[in-house]
Amino acid sequence: MYEELTKNVRRSAFLVTGVILVTLGAGYFLGWAIGGAAGGIGGLLVAGIIATIMSLSSWYAGDRMVLRLHRAREVSPQEEARLHNLVEGLCIAAGIPKPKIYVVEDPSPNAFATGRDPKHASIAVTRGLLDKMNRIELEGVVAHELAHVKNRDTLVMVIVATLVGVLVLLADWTFRSMFWGVGGRRGRGGDGGGPAAAAFLVLGLVAAILMPLLAKIMQMAVSRRREFYADVTGVQFTRYPPGLINALEKLKADTTVVRTAEHATGHLWIEQPLNVKDSGFGGKMNRLFATHPPLDERIRILREL
Amino acid sequence: MVAVWVILGIVVLFVLFLIATYNRLVAGRNRADNAWSQIDVQLRRRYDLIPNLVETVKGYAKHEKETFENVTRARQQGIAASTVGEQAQAENMITQALRQLLAVVENYPELKANQNFLALQEELTATEGRIAFARQFYNDLVLTYNNSVQQFPSNVVAGMFSFSTREYFEIEEGATGPVSVQF
Repeated sequence: MYEELTKNVRRSAFLVTGVILVTLGAGYFLGWAIGGAAGGIGGLLVAGIIATIMSLSSWYAGDRMVLRLHRAREVSPQEEARLHNLVEGLCIAAGIPKPKIYVVEDPSPNAFATGRDPKHASIAVTRGLLDKMNRIELEGVVAHELAHVKNRDTLVMVIVATLVGVLVLLADWTFRSMFWGVGGRRGRGGDGGGPAAAAFLVLGLVAAILMPLLAKIMQMAVSRRREFYADVTGVQFTRYPPGLINALEKLKADTTVVRTAEHATGHLWIEQPLNVKDSGFGGKMNRLFATHPPLDERIRILREL
Repeated sequence: MVAVWVILGIVVLFVLFLIATYNRLVAGRNRADNAWSQIDVQLRRRYDLIPNLVETVKGYAKHEKETFENVTRARQQGIAASTVGEQAQAENMITQALRQLLAVVENYPELKANQNFLALQEELTATEGRIAFARQFYNDLVLTYNNSVQQFPSNVVAGMFSFSTREYFEIEEGATGPVSVQF
């Protein structure tokens, strides 16, 4: 279990560093393509500031929006004694304060965690989850959600999303300015000649299209890695892998879809709320951009603990 | 001239390392202390639940006097315990007595359906869980702290300021014997 934990931390750090490097490098390159070295740094700064403001507001107020979007209702200990007791016990094991507890009245079994840090967190479970899981399985799922809270995954994903946002903005500007001929100014002085400038233009365009795609893929890779990490951290709290394993098996068999689900908040749930094909070429593409790893792989890793 | 600055820089870095490691060890030890007293908090919660439970069951099963006495006596011992050894022994007695009480309840279907009793049973299960988690958390913190005390290079700092490893919470020998269930 401890090896699995450190492996996940190492791989997360590796991926996030990768996103940072790709963003900084590509951003600088794209900015430079527009207007020289000064343009490089300037472009990076402006894009960085805009993306940071947007991400800070989503990190700070995002939890309220998400809870309202999914029509989550806060529940008291009298209403849901078993749920409150499970959360309290696991918070003792995790060493985090008890988050606010919400229920989403939806028949599809699922759960999510949100909030900017462990002191201001909320977790929500669907009515379907409460009905279909027994106590041990529910404990496994709640432990996974509390693991997201403890590992500050909302913060991690906001950082990564900021960087990707920076990159997308920059790539957009680069693409537009190249399209309108700003980048071409470099070759007109006759110093590089026509073909070099044209090749450079093509390279820039390709980069402008591919870099955001690459960054997005890496962002999804970070999301999937954090899901594995939350699985193992949750088991560290319960010290009982079969709890979560059985819950995941039940989720695999269940095909109901969350009614209020859409792609934007897909990454917060314990399992993808929308059904997506995951075999064949289309499936492979879906898996690259999936926020969650396939259930089978998660179950396999948990069994090997 | 440059050499002087380099040496100064190294000394500063070393002092910073010392401070950071010392503080980390102190924090680790304090967290473990805190977690140890938190176990007590959960144990007290269980003591508070027991009288209520006994009263509810008594209402339906007046004849099971011996079972009630066992539970109440075990609880008194737990409250009165002063050393860690006494407490562990009392805890074990309470667990056994409670198990006996809940087994007795099986014979009284009206009691099993009673809302009050069901709520109490849920609380009891949850409390047992909380006690277990509190102990687990304490052990986890002790692991982290012991690692800091024993691993290089923080073990050097630990030695300098006499930080020693902590003991894990373990159930004592006699307590894990077989529990007899009579029908």
